Amino acid sequence: MGSHLWNRKHLLGMADLSREEIQSILDAAASLREVNRREIKKVPTLRGKTVINLFFENSTRTRTSFELAGKRMSADVINMSVASSSVKKGETLIDTLATLQAMNPDVVVIRHPESGAQEFLARHLDTAIVNAGDGRHEHPTQALLDLLTIHDHLPLLDRSGFEGLVVAVCGDSLHSRVARSIALGLRAMGGEVRFVGPPGLIPPKAEEAFGARVYHDMEEGLDGAHVVMALRLQLERMTVGFIPSVREYFAFWGLTRARLARAAPGAFVMHPGPINRGVEISSEVADDRERSVILEQVANGLAVRMAVLYRLCGVGGGR
Amino acid sequence: MSGFVLIRGGRVIDPANGMDATGDVLLEDGIIRAVGRPDVPSGAKVLEADGLVVAPGLVDMHVHLREPGFEYKETIAGGTLAAAAGGVTTVACMPNTRPVNDDPSITGYILQKALLEGIVNVAPIGAVTKGLEGRELTEMGLLMRAGCVAFSDDGRPVADSGLMRRALDYSRAFGALIIQHAEEPSLSAGGCMHEGVVSSRLGLPGLPAAAESVMVDRDIRLVELTGGRYHVAHISVAGAVEAVARARARGLPVSCEVAPHHFSLTDEAVVGYDTDAKMSPPLRSVEDRNALLEGLARGVITVIATDHAPHDSDSKRVEFCHASNGVVGLETMLPVSLELVRDGVMTWMDCLRAMTVAPARLLGLDRGRGTLSPGSVADLVLFDPEAVWVVDAARLHGTSKNTCFHGRRVRGRVKKTLVAGRIVFDDDL
Repeated sequence: MGSHLWNRKHLLGMADLSREEIQSILDAAASLREVNRREIKKVPTLRGKTVINLFFENSTRTRTSFELAGKRMSADVINMSVASSSVKKGETLIDTLATLQAMNPDVVVIRHPESGAQEFLARHLDTAIVNAGDGRHEHPTQALLDLLTIHDHLPLLDRSGFEGLVVAVCGDSLHSRVARSIALGLRAMGGEVRFVGPPGLIPPKAEEAFGARVYHDMEEGLDGAHVVMALRLQLERMTVGFIPSVREYFAFWGLTRARLARAAPGAFVMHPGPINRGVEISSEVADDRERSVILEQVANGLAVRMAVLYRLCGVGGGR
Repeated sequence: MSGFVLIRGGRVIDPANGMDATGDVLLEDGIIRAVGRPDVPSGAKVLEADGLVVAPGLVDMHVHLREPGFEYKETIAGGTLAAAAGGVTTVACMPNTRPVNDDPSITGYILQKALLEGIVNVAPIGAVTKGLEGRELTEMGLLMRAGCVAFSDDGRPVADSGLMRRALDYSRAFGALIIQHAEEPSLSAGGCMHEGVVSSRLGLPGLPAAAESVMVDRDIRLVELTGGRYHVAHISVAGAVEAVARARARGLPVSCEVAPHHFSLTDEAVVGYDTDAKMSPPLRSVEDRNALLEGLARGVITVIATDHAPHDSDSKRVEFCHASNGVVGLETMLPVSLELVRDGVMTWMDCLRAMTVAPARLLGLDRGRGTLSPGSVADLVLFDPEAVWVVDAARLHGTSKNTCFHGRRVRGRVKKTLVAGRIVFDDDL
């Protein structure tokens, strides 16, 4: 599994990872997928290891994915949801993790609403950390599962690698950690990223920061793209009035079948979920089994997280 | 120290008098008597200054002493000790204490405390509005009578245009200086670092440069309207420097100060979510930093001030956006500013002017502070311009250690600081 390529203690973001490291995780995930197809979906690889899922933000999909990933490899998995109320109680983030660290887990998977929270914890404490999403910064396992999904479909696009592959990331990339992580991951793999969306919902200086080309016109942005990734319009974070209405948003930036026709032949559609039907994506596109790989992404998420836990638990020549 | 003191053989730099020459400084009973080659009365105590620069004690017009109310962050005793260690003999302290310095009784308390426990001179800055709430003007006249040297709602901008107009207008009755934390709140809301490439990469909400320049532009229009004396605190963006340059060219009573962290660092310092690189205004882009350097070189920016803002470690050891804004700066002000001289941005004379006579005059400090003119109070700094050292947060003298210069190799070290002729800091002890 090329484990010699992996000697990191944490997985904090795609920004840190080289092409070889990314490939090594994808390879490991591809081979671990087989476990999830067995009748008895469990291997003893992580027996005696402890994984804590520490979620400071609501999540069903990612938390469940990490939980199953740990359990299918026989790790003991604990889920902790820390509501924001306990922050108000006065316990600092460092104290929370220090308490868990004292129980000697092997990996702590953390989701937190503040950008940089995991990096901050990694600097002050010893526990191995997987970033399961920090603010609008990074969500590396999402990018890895996206890359694995894209990798699976390369033959259908008559390609053998990521080199020159064009991925259009559509919607609110400003508030999106998914957009940042996939942009960094694709750049490392030699692909080309576009950020497509209304001005004001694209990160400032995105060209310089991520090597992304920016399009404000949806049709132009999709033109010739091999992969179209629709981002969730984070209605809950739209506090400052970035767009006038959902109706207008869908009219100009919604992913519809007509717009998708502008993409390259064989192009397929991804979405990190959960989707807002009729907001960033039409139901007919989301449910089109020919074009949409949204459910494959979920399956790959499990495999990628198994691979990440496997690497970080130091089994098979890790750290 | 009573009697005569001779500071012998140093390189005397006194920007107020355009002097830069090797010579002696003679003090008598805490007053400067003569500079150059004075006749030395017998029995004078001698301080050897060979190889050292002898200059007026530095005046830092932007300091947070945190007392009263936040003594766990800093006190008047601790903050003035840090000042002495940095060669700073006068600090102007901002009013965002608890209670706010918006009442003559608070000003009196600060001055009383400074007299009893302070190590250097303390010049309080009063609030522009009661409680810093941006609604009602303070009693500027009574506050000045109590000892305030200027007015500011620092930490917060005076956002309401009508109120700012009244403040600039009314302050003219007393010739008072209004110091503005220039920031348009509707543009800066939610931001916790400079908006640019780095904020995009780190996924941190940004604060655009325009938040500052928009406010400076507005205020200058109000200066046109009122004729009030206006000073931009901790200027940080190119657009604001441009606006101040235009206003000064037109003869308006507009000035500004820059903090050493803003002219020496950029937003790249935030990478890694280092909360000791978090302050307001934030570290800006390379282009902004270059504009600040040019502003210093061209004399648009006439004052260097630290915005010394002590914070306890609990306020900084948290997620980046939750961390308190501010860094300490008194003890690194001199060596970091001297980098401007080494880099050819400013002359020795201009650089020291920006830290001595320029702020002293803006604040109207009495008894000739910031100068070595005979008859002035003998506030002096003696520093070794060549001594190289590495900034170590743990070795700072103030109560809080939140420096953004930890680990920086600097040149120039304070050897002795004198306030009214008395040695208040001695590096050799």
